[in-house]
Amino acid sequence: MGHLLEVKDLEVKFALRMGDLTAINGVSFTLDRGERLGLVGESGAGKSVTGFAIINLISKPGYISGGTVIFDGRDLTGLTGEGMRHIRGNLISMIFQDPMMTLNPVLTIGTQMVETLQAHMNISRKAAEKIALEKLRMVQIPSPEKRLQQYPHEFSGGMRQRIVVAIALLADPALIIADEPTTALDVTIQAEIMELLLELCESEGTGLILITHDLAVVSQVTQKIAVMYAGKVVEAGLTEDIIDNPLHPYTQGLIKALPDGRNPGTRLNQIPGVMPSLIDIPPGCSFHPRCTIRGDICRYESPVLREIPGYRNMAACHMLGLKKEPTEKDRAE
Amino acid sequence: MFAFAVRRITQAIIVMLVIGLLGFSIKQKIGDPVRDIVGVSVSVAERDALREKLGLNDPFLTQYVRFIKNAVHGDLGMSFFFKRPTLEVILSKAPATLELVFASSLIIILLSIPLGIYTAINPRNLPSRIIMGGSIVGVSIPVFLTAIILIYIFAVELHWLPSYGRGETVNIWGWESGFLTLDGLRHLLLPSIALSSIMLPLFIRLIRSEMMETLETEYVKFAWAKGLSRWRIWFLHAFKNTLLPVITVGGVQLGILIAYTILTETVFQWQGMGFMFLEAVERSDTSLLVAYIIVVGALFVVVNTIVDIIYGLVNPTVRITGRK
Repeated sequence: MGHLLEVKDLEVKFALRMGDLTAINGVSFTLDRGERLGLVGESGAGKSVTGFAIINLISKPGYISGGTVIFDGRDLTGLTGEGMRHIRGNLISMIFQDPMMTLNPVLTIGTQMVETLQAHMNISRKAAEKIALEKLRMVQIPSPEKRLQQYPHEFSGGMRQRIVVAIALLADPALIIADEPTTALDVTIQAEIMELLLELCESEGTGLILITHDLAVVSQVTQKIAVMYAGKVVEAGLTEDIIDNPLHPYTQGLIKALPDGRNPGTRLNQIPGVMPSLIDIPPGCSFHPRCTIRGDICRYESPVLREIPGYRNMAACHMLGLKKEPTEKDRAE
Repeated sequence: MFAFAVRRITQAIIVMLVIGLLGFSIKQKIGDPVRDIVGVSVSVAERDALREKLGLNDPFLTQYVRFIKNAVHGDLGMSFFFKRPTLEVILSKAPATLELVFASSLIIILLSIPLGIYTAINPRNLPSRIIMGGSIVGVSIPVFLTAIILIYIFAVELHWLPSYGRGETVNIWGWESGFLTLDGLRHLLLPSIALSSIMLPLFIRLIRSEMMETLETEYVKFAWAKGLSRWRIWFLHAFKNTLLPVITVGGVQLGILIAYTILTETVFQWQGMGFMFLEAVERSDTSLLVAYIIVVGALFVVVNTIVDIIYGLVNPTVRITGRK
């Protein structure tokens, strides 16, 4: 059996007055049934756009300009209207970042849950409410019967995100795309929600794409990681390999930037410079201006994601796996 | 809900007292009740005696309190021209105006909602551009000009519709209604279109801009991600949220419609309060003018209070504050 999801050379552009802006440029990854993948990177790296592109929900003026998204053997990029509607919320659900904004303020929780089920199956309100109650219990909402009649403003942020998780689970999807699901929450609540999401994905056998900038969260939840930088995947591999043995200089920088629990009070490491904006992505490797191991080739040739001899990770870097070629830094010394 | 209602009613009373003060000040400055009662052929001495007897030489405040007291009992003074209580005169004219305003509101609501939603969903296509362009034209032409153009086209040239008056009316418990006869409805058509011509474009633009904003929200995006049908997203998820600001602004605007009836009724010789008001101005019938201001003010306050209550029904956060 093939992969559950196979994203290949996905390209998303935004049609602006000054011309097309490439937001993601040739992103590829695969996900098997029940597998959990972390999409990691800084803000603006194209993680969220990738997530939304999978269910073809990029807001205008963005559009998918190339590549394929094969889900369960079908290319989703070619689907329109009813075909796509049947995928969304049914086979692939999404969880958004800010639970305060995700739920419609003028509709009850019950309505917002029942309508999701009724959009995908021929089911009575009574039967749909029964499923909704069951899912609310799964996300540990106390006295769900009463809660079904309430409006979003009657819930706390953490509770609302639990409800969003319950909505995502309603139709027993094969895949959940969670876009920074805990970023807007308190730290203590973050852990609870993440724990809950992990448990439910495991028990239900649901695939998960976790979009986040938080490497610590990803390392606890996912089996695979794809690191994104300026619209491209720069490193991909198993979570333990990437965390313990990062290859790409950007990934190394990200991991070094994490606080070290053993030496409190020490300064955090930074990656010098900032990620380029989409308007002026440098030629060649988009990371080279910030890179510590760059060579001449990095200035004009864009590296592709490839296997690095001797390692299990894939990385997009010219300077990895070379026998011994002097880097610019070496030469300067 | 009780606390909410009490608060709204208190506010309404304060507003009415202020309107009363304005009305009374006008009467005090311009009007002369003695003239209203006796006319011109009475000697100065007799007038002064009458003035003293009526309490017109009392301090301003005393007279204002007396005015309010009378007003609460439904006595807004005598009309100099009609020789009848002003309230009675106004109430006999009110059905015509209220039916006109009602018909216009109906036209506005029935057209602005679908057109506003349509232009919000398709902001750039040709029909939307035509609607938006047309709405600018509609706002720009004054009501009386629209009315005259309508009369020229449909009454003078095409002979389809009558150009003036209310036509045949039916009296139901003292309410002269033009809604129940075909002739009444035919007479109602042109005036109500003319009256709605100013507010309709405004409502289309209001609904469109609010709807476009709502369509950009996260919860609408989440609704798409849930795989809901586009109709449900547009008409339930987005439109219900669009309604909140539209009701607030719309309520006030519908009140303003009553003011616009003065122009429309005059052009169409529509025997309502607006027509009566203009006649009263010509006859310097001050008591009737002031009574009109107070009655229309009261109508305005009532409409706004009703709008607030409807707002509470749509917006769950208002309801909860009302419940406590």
